[in-house]
Amino acid sequence: MSDNLALDTNRISGQDIQLCYHCHKCTAGCPVVDAMAYGPDQLLRMVALDERQAVLSSRDIWLCAGCYTCATRCPNDIDISAVMDALRQIALREGCPAGEKDALLFHQLFLSVVGKLGRSHEAAMLGLFKVLSDAPLMDDVGAGLGLFLRGKVPLLPQRSGAASEVRGIFHECRKADQSTD
Amino acid sequence: MEYSYYPGCSLHSTGLEFGLSTRAVFEDLDIGLIELPGWNCCGASSAHALSHTLSLALPARNLSLAQDAGHHLVAPCAACFNRMKSADYTLRRDPAVRAEVEEIVGFQYTGQVTVRPVLAVLYEDYGVDAIAARVQRPLTGLNVVPYYGCLLVRPPKVTEFDDPDHPYVMSELLEAIGAEVLPWSYATECCGAGLSLSRSDVVQNLVGRLAMRAHEAGADALVTACPLCQVNLEMRQTSEPKIPSFYITELLGLALGLPQVGKWLSKHLIDPRPLIQSVGLIAE
Repeated sequence: MSDNLALDTNRISGQDIQLCYHCHKCTAGCPVVDAMAYGPDQLLRMVALDERQAVLSSRDIWLCAGCYTCATRCPNDIDISAVMDALRQIALREGCPAGEKDALLFHQLFLSVVGKLGRSHEAAMLGLFKVLSDAPLMDDVGAGLGLFLRGKVPLLPQRSGAASEVRGIFHECRKADQSTD
Repeated sequence: MEYSYYPGCSLHSTGLEFGLSTRAVFEDLDIGLIELPGWNCCGASSAHALSHTLSLALPARNLSLAQDAGHHLVAPCAACFNRMKSADYTLRRDPAVRAEVEEIVGFQYTGQVTVRPVLAVLYEDYGVDAIAARVQRPLTGLNVVPYYGCLLVRPPKVTEFDDPDHPYVMSELLEAIGAEVLPWSYATECCGAGLSLSRSDVVQNLVGRLAMRAHEAGADALVTACPLCQVNLEMRQTSEPKIPSFYITELLGLALGLPQVGKWLSKHLIDPRPLIQSVGLIAE
């Protein structure tokens, strides 16, 4: 990592955030902007101004749903979804506490299951999320039971034959990510 | 017509009936689907959030398996389609990244496999007219709005499918099987996707708006082609009466006269069978 957030963001995302001329189309179309503190347009400005701490600790970077509405509408072809991904990755590598703790927890649990089994396993992941997150324990119990009764959350994971190769891929990716720090 | 088939994790769990109906409809239309042996999770919305390298390597392993199988790859789940198509887009254009990913996964990228959603195979390869010619039971009287969500159509330079602002593929397919397709402006709006667990309040707002707009358009149901959209629409509606959703392949199966339709519809959290019965389309 450099000491400039814009440089790091551009390098990891493959984008050039300095192309933004703040037309606001990204923020106007963002489906989750109501829940954000700044919105995508203002966040890009903060990255350009190197407001590292404020950006990386914001909840906005974890609230992005990855819908690509901004990336599709940007007149300068900036993939803002990729910028949000890069900011999450930088926050994670720098140990910056996530502004949306449960969103990070979800991603970590999801990937830890995939990293072990090669495939997702909803029952394990949902159970762990319920126990470890701040979400009320009894929320979604009815829907979860409904899914279970319809045979949609099998208790046993599938055997994919991919598990050991996927474990190797996770290992190699961790090494590759660390070598670019 | 023969394709490799990538069900992805959802079609073995929350999107069970999407997988069952896709396989049955394709079999009925005599389109071969061969499940990719040893496939792995595409990384979904989590890999790209936490590791750029992993978000390419996980789909790349599936592309590698598809290369070995020698057919184009059908991925019904919109997220799986998007992740694999996105990895393919990057591997095709960036030689340095391609070399790194090839090394991690242990394969040689040939670029000969195309990743396709179910809708593209039905619309572009099989054809709307050919589907219309196979209809046994037109869905007359069923008022629906098509709902694509995000990842089938965005970003368009990656997905190379339909039109993110003026989508037409699902409408034409639904009209071909006799359903009444109503105009609305929310076909490619976001359902909240993977925020469903961590911020269910956000997803409830987005899904609530979709349900309200579908209702205002005069629709009795939404039609989806994404297991995450479908589960959010079913789990995160809070106001009554709840509007049901169908997978497009379920409605195709119904129109084709397939006997398994009732079994698929029984898997839904919002039961669409009363609606089907009310318009005289019996699904036992």
